[in-house]
Order: sequence, then structure tokens, then C-alpha cells
Amino acid sequence: MSNHLVVIPAFNEEANVASVVADARASLPGFDVLVIDDGSGDDTAAVARHAGARVLRLPVNSGYGVALQSGYKYAVRQGYAIVAQMDADGQHRAEFMPQLLALVQDGSADIVIGSRFLDQDGHYQPSRARKVGMSVFSAMASRIMRQHVSDPTSGYQVMRHDVARFFCSDVYPADYPDADILILLHRSGFRVAEVAVQMRMPTGKSMHSGHKSIYYVYKMFLSILVTMLRPAVEKRA
Amino acid sequence: MDIRIRILTIGGAVCILLMVVELVRRRKLKEEYSVLWVFTAVFILLVSIWFSLLAKVTHAIGAISPASTLFFFGLLFSLVLLLHFSVRISSLERRLTALVQEVGLMNVEEPDGEQADDGPQPAHVAEPAGVDR
Repeated sequence: MSNHLVVIPAFNEEANVASVVADARASLPGFDVLVIDDGSGDDTAAVARHAGARVLRLPVNSGYGVALQSGYKYAVRQGYAIVAQMDADGQHRAEFMPQLLALVQDGSADIVIGSRFLDQDGHYQPSRARKVGMSVFSAMASRIMRQHVSDPTSGYQVMRHDVARFFCSDVYPADYPDADILILLHRSGFRVAEVAVQMRMPTGKSMHSGHKSIYYVYKMFLSILVTMLRPAVEKRA
Repeated sequence: MDIRIRILTIGGAVCILLMVVELVRRRKLKEEYSVLWVFTAVFILLVSIWFSLLAKVTHAIGAISPASTLFFFGLLFSLVLLLHFSVRISSLERRLTALVQEVGLMNVEEPDGEQADDGPQPAHVAEPAGVDR
């Protein structure tokens, strides 16, 4: 058993999960691969197992954040030192993970986020509405954290085990972790860093569409507000 | 206040009180949930019997009719109760999520063609999925 784990949350991804797992296994030989099957109705779990991943199946669909948190809980209980995460829809490519890992391993950051926008080459073009939302919240996060945050919604991350342990508590959101969780990390004394990565454009559904995008904007404002109103929690409390 | 409406409100309040006590006695209602109900019933009973108090409260909050005072407090009570339920639902959801995660963590499935390296796994866990569809 390795002491590095890559967590891949998946919901109805039987079409993509095999190639994502194969990519992770090929690019990250030192990592154990854990797919979180978030109550999928299709064969995601069987396909992932066949591709060589360990599978943690949630009995009911519980949301992206809950699936990720299950992975952190697994990692903490099994004693992994490093936890990486990437999405199962094929947007993320595992080849950039070593660059993120290097920053965690040399001790310059506790958590490293892979950013689509940091290199500013425009390879990734979100919809206009989403772009506005993203830029407002990354600007707020950058201001509060006094460091440049370009892609707070990225699910492409590498973290130390103590960050994973911190995420195991009630602080972690059930739906989509975003700028609010980065602000919380900063206020709790963790060091956050970003590395430019390339991502493929999403093929299917977007998580912020229609009425959900209005709720998303509302939720982020509220969440950032209450995060700022709460007393800062110290890490290793 | 009209004697008929007084009888109605006193009767209603006594009914709520008796129902709450009976539900708690039969363990259908937890004690902590009874607090708001008992409080409201006692309030209605109090102002029905002691009408001058209702008149005073009506005057104090600037209402014109004592009936609207009662309605106002009734509505306030309903809102507090709904908020209370939202809080309970949030807490239940948190607990459910923790349980769902525990169930998942209890039997993590190994990749196909590999043996578990931490203790023996029950054979059925490694079977291909699909039973729940």
C-alpha cells in the first residue's frame, strides 16, 4: 500500500471513469486510486473496479462535496500522507499532478490547486455568466487571502493529510466547495498555492446552469459572509 | 370580547394542551418539541380569560382589533415553528450524510483481480455491482 491516494468522485460516469482511472494509474504510479461512486445508477463502480481502482460506494446520491469528503475520511483512517483529487468526467489530466505534488512535498504549501486560468492562454473558456461569477468570487477570495486566487472551483488538487483531516469535519460543504472553503483554509492557517494546468472543456452538463447559477451566487455570498463572521478555527484543534 | 369567541378560544387552547400532554404520554411527541405548543396554548388561554391583558397588548403594539393581535401572535408562532423544523431538518441531513459515508467506508471494494491487503474481505463484496438497479 502506498501512502499517496488519489480520490476520484464519480456520479454516473461509466463512460469516462475507466479512462480517467487508467490515466491516473499510468501518470501517478506511486498513488493508490480510489473512486467514490456517489450512488450512481449505472455501472460506474464495476467499470472503475475493472479499470483497477478501489471503489467506495455511497448507497444514495449525496453530492460532490459529500463524495469528496468520504474520500478524505478514507484517506485519514487509512493513514495516507498525501491526498490528491481529480474529477471523473475526463476534464482533468493526471499528468500535471506531479507539479502540484512537488509544492506540497517541498513544504511550500499545505494544499495546491490546479488552475485553468493561471496561464492566461485562454485554453479554457467558460460561459459568460459563469465567467462573471467565477471572477467575482476569485476576486473576493484573493482580496481576503491577500494572494492571487484564479480558479477557486477547481476540483484538481493535492493536499497534505492534515488538510484532509480538516475537511473531514462539518466545515466541508455538501455541494460544491468553492472560494468559501479557500478563505476558510486561509483563516485556519493553511497555506494555499496554485499551479497552472490544462483542462479539457466539459463535454456534458455544467454544474452551474439555469436557476442553479442564481442559487450558486446567493450561496457563495452567504457562505463567504458567514465564514468571515465565524471566529477563525485553528488547525490541529 | 364576544362570549362565543371566548368559549371557542378557551376550548381550543385546552384541547391543544390536552393533546400535547397525551402525545407526550404516549411517547409520540418528544418533550423538547412540546415546549412551543404548550407555550402557545397557555398564551391563548391567558388572554382569553384575562381579556384586559389582550386589550393592553393590542394597545401596546398599536393594533386596532384584539383579534388581529391574536392572529399576529399565531402567525409568529407558526413561523418560529417552521424555522425550528428547518433547523431540525438541517441537523438530520448532516447526520444522514455522516451515516451514508460510514456505510460506504465500511465496505470499500478492491479492484478486480486483486486480494484485499488489510484483512479478509467477504466474497460477495467483490462481486460485480448492479443489484440495486
